[in-house]
Amino acid sequence: MQLARVVGNVVSTQKHAKFEGAKLLLVQPIGLDDTPRGTTLLAVDSVGAGVHEKVLVVIEGRAAGEALGRTLAPVDAAIVGIVDRVDFVE
Amino acid sequence: MQLAKVIGDVVATQKDANLHGIRLMLLQPLGADLKATGRTLVAIDAIGAGVGETVFFVRGKEASFPFYPQEVPTDAGIVGIVDQVSHS
Repeated sequence: MQLARVVGNVVSTQKHAKFEGAKLLLVQPIGLDDTPRGTTLLAVDSVGAGVHEKVLVVIEGRAAGEALGRTLAPVDAAIVGIVDRVDFVE
Repeated sequence: MQLAKVIGDVVATQKDANLHGIRLMLLQPLGADLKATGRTLVAIDAIGAGVGETVFFVRGKEASFPFYPQEVPTDAGIVGIVDQVSHS
């Protein structure tokens, strides 16, 4: 999983049926120091995350489909947690 | 998934049988600011996207799921057309 910051959302009317009712959020992967790492991704939200929140993202198809709770969903990223705190030793 | 702009399409007559009848689109991935980022790629189209549209696409085997049980040999597929992006 990857730490990320929610930076926006996407509205789409014409999309695959497995996305119906799913919330699509733009997430920017971040390092431990909160700096952006790599490109922004689109993830389905299964935990009720909002813009500006720090979240935990799975970037793998099978896991993302399970998080969404739908089989054969064409997804490859999902938000699976909202991060309260990260503790680490430098 | 990732945002992308459809910048063209690809025609291939001789191809894997499971790719027959499936449109191949040329995508330029976009960042949250809708500026081009990263290299272009070819993706199958599961949604009826056209050149010039902003879409989102999925990477990996899951890109073939819209065509299930047909086992389409792809690693990227368009799964939605973007109406609006709000970005902070």
